[in-house]
Amino acid sequence: MVNKLNELRSSKKVREGFNGFALTSFGILVVAIFLMPLVYGIVTSLKTDNQITTLGAPWWPASARTFEYDGRTYDIFRVVECDADDNPIPWGHDADSLTTPDCGGLFGGAVYNWALVNRQRESAEFIDPDNPEAGLITWQGRWRTLERDWVFDAQWSNYLKAWDTIKFPRLLANTLVYALITTVAVVGSSALVAYGFARYPIPYKNVLFMIVIATIILPGAVTLIPQYAVFNQIGWVGTWLPLIVPAFFANGYNIFLLRQFFMSIPKEMEEAAMIDGAGPMRTFVSVILPQSVPALVAASLFHFFFAWNHFFEPLVYLAGSPDKYPITVGLTAFNNLYSQQTNLIQAASLISAIIPLIVFFFAQRVFLQGIVFTGVDK
Amino acid sequence: MTTAIGRKTILGFPRQRKPNSSLLRYRQKWGWIFITPWLIGFSLFYFLPMVASFGFSLVSFNLATPDQIEFVGADNWRRAFVDDPEVLASFIKTFRFSAITLPAGMIFAIFVALLMNSKHVHGKIFMRTLFYAPVMIPGVAATLIWSGVLNEQTGWVNMLLQNIFGIQAVGVEGIRWLQNPQLIYYTYTLMGFWGVGNAMIIILAGLQGVPTELYEAAEIDGANYWQRLFKITLPMISPVIFYNLIIGVIGLMQYFLVPYVLNGGDGSPQGATRFIAVWFYKQSFAFFNMGYGATIAWMIFLVGIALTIALFGSARYWVYYSGSED
Repeated sequence: MVNKLNELRSSKKVREGFNGFALTSFGILVVAIFLMPLVYGIVTSLKTDNQITTLGAPWWPASARTFEYDGRTYDIFRVVECDADDNPIPWGHDADSLTTPDCGGLFGGAVYNWALVNRQRESAEFIDPDNPEAGLITWQGRWRTLERDWVFDAQWSNYLKAWDTIKFPRLLANTLVYALITTVAVVGSSALVAYGFARYPIPYKNVLFMIVIATIILPGAVTLIPQYAVFNQIGWVGTWLPLIVPAFFANGYNIFLLRQFFMSIPKEMEEAAMIDGAGPMRTFVSVILPQSVPALVAASLFHFFFAWNHFFEPLVYLAGSPDKYPITVGLTAFNNLYSQQTNLIQAASLISAIIPLIVFFFAQRVFLQGIVFTGVDK
Repeated sequence: MTTAIGRKTILGFPRQRKPNSSLLRYRQKWGWIFITPWLIGFSLFYFLPMVASFGFSLVSFNLATPDQIEFVGADNWRRAFVDDPEVLASFIKTFRFSAITLPAGMIFAIFVALLMNSKHVHGKIFMRTLFYAPVMIPGVAATLIWSGVLNEQTGWVNMLLQNIFGIQAVGVEGIRWLQNPQLIYYTYTLMGFWGVGNAMIIILAGLQGVPTELYEAAEIDGANYWQRLFKITLPMISPVIFYNLIIGVIGLMQYFLVPYVLNGGDGSPQGATRFIAVWFYKQSFAFFNMGYGATIAWMIFLVGIALTIALFGSARYWVYYSGSED
């Protein structure tokens, strides 16, 4: 009986171990497929311009080797040679004994990395870079069927090129200034409003709060045109003001998030502060805010990422002022100009992603908790 | 009893027999002071513009000729409903795309969340981070990366399909992810999978909130994995699914970034991506027809409200709230 039970247990253990292995492998596979485009982006960003336009180039960053001979540059090809019996022909052979170069295959023939000097339709003359003194080698066959000799070669300089071409320091400065100012403004003002909603008796408070929630899902389009017309009238179009000024007047999402948090703080400390004679503002600043650091950090992170990613309004308000573009709009303009240069496009895209990714990896705990907080506690 | 008192209490002080009206007024005053930023912001950036937007929809106003504002009554609305077939067509395109991308996105999010909640998977915290990470990549950059990987000639997706599954995928004869109007909604859906992070985190939290007793009871009753999934897990997380659905619908009514980045909003391939938000942008900020643009904006708003109300109305048939009776 006991033995049977043990057997059962151990078989269950084995099964669980197998499930663990199988499902973990499956998870890794899904993650790998999921992130494959990112790997593509990184790999492509390291390719040369030449590799991108060459058919049959390898998928990894590589450059086709060349050889300098007599002051001129020649392309190196992978020349396959073999005799009639599929045996490799040693170097220094009699050119006439050659058959077609295709006979070698992967293992059959010798592969020489030779530089192509004279090209003809059915034959070509090569030079051996390792032994240029030996002079020209005549080879029968169509050189167009030969593959180039690719060697791994990552073009890290693409990042520098993209950085300069897109005027990245300018875009980065714009985006950072915009993101930081609006984050401080929106979180500060939203905290005030959230505190009012969380603790103070306001007539029709529930109705007002419903309106706050409604503004979160209001499509931006419906308010955009009159705003644009007014901002245009007072000369703000083409400046950062239409994007920054509204941030000082709180927004629904952050009000909601912070109010939820404030309501979860026990009231005792506020009462104590009030009894000690602190006014509402004083209580807010020195009692509530210090206790709300996690929520404030989460709200700030959300807004920072939102601002970094913000696209539509900057596109509309800054059209025609490239020196004021944030990263997103700058990247779009860059893509329109250089869409053939996939390597630079990918490099620029990755540059624009790196800062939010780094911030996320360091702050993910607070950040992910914040999402749960707003999403589930409704 | 506590709740009844709690509601009327001021800061938790015991309720006084005679309400201290001067304290109440003082606290009301401060309440107004605290919410002042929002009151101003709401008036200036939401309420007045919305009203004005409706006003704009009744005039003909082109920013190129700002002096020629003319009251045209319902002309813009008639044009949107009758004379401009593009408006209805863009709404239909938006709905068709939504009908593909919303269910697919939701199923993918639930799938990833279930995987990340499985007790058999090791290294979940790290994997969860990796699943979330693409959300951090700015939408423009993510779109450009995807347009590269889906390129019919040089993209890895087609190369992998061809080399692993032997499908003729690479080249003009192959799978033209970005040029085939029959395929483009699936392509955009695929790109949208990179945004799975937020939904995954919220669903994950929902999954962790399902009481384990339910599963234990079901297991004793002999329910298998799929029965537990469909009879316990999904009903229990239906509020979370509902929340994600609302967010998704609102987002799709404003779906603009991907088509704009990929083709400047010209609707290619063959007009398939001229969604309603794209058409709004074109009318308002490419042709500068501000009056007509405002009309389209109001239509987006009204359709959005109708969809939200319909979703809330449907909620009582499929969304389970543990607090409710039965």
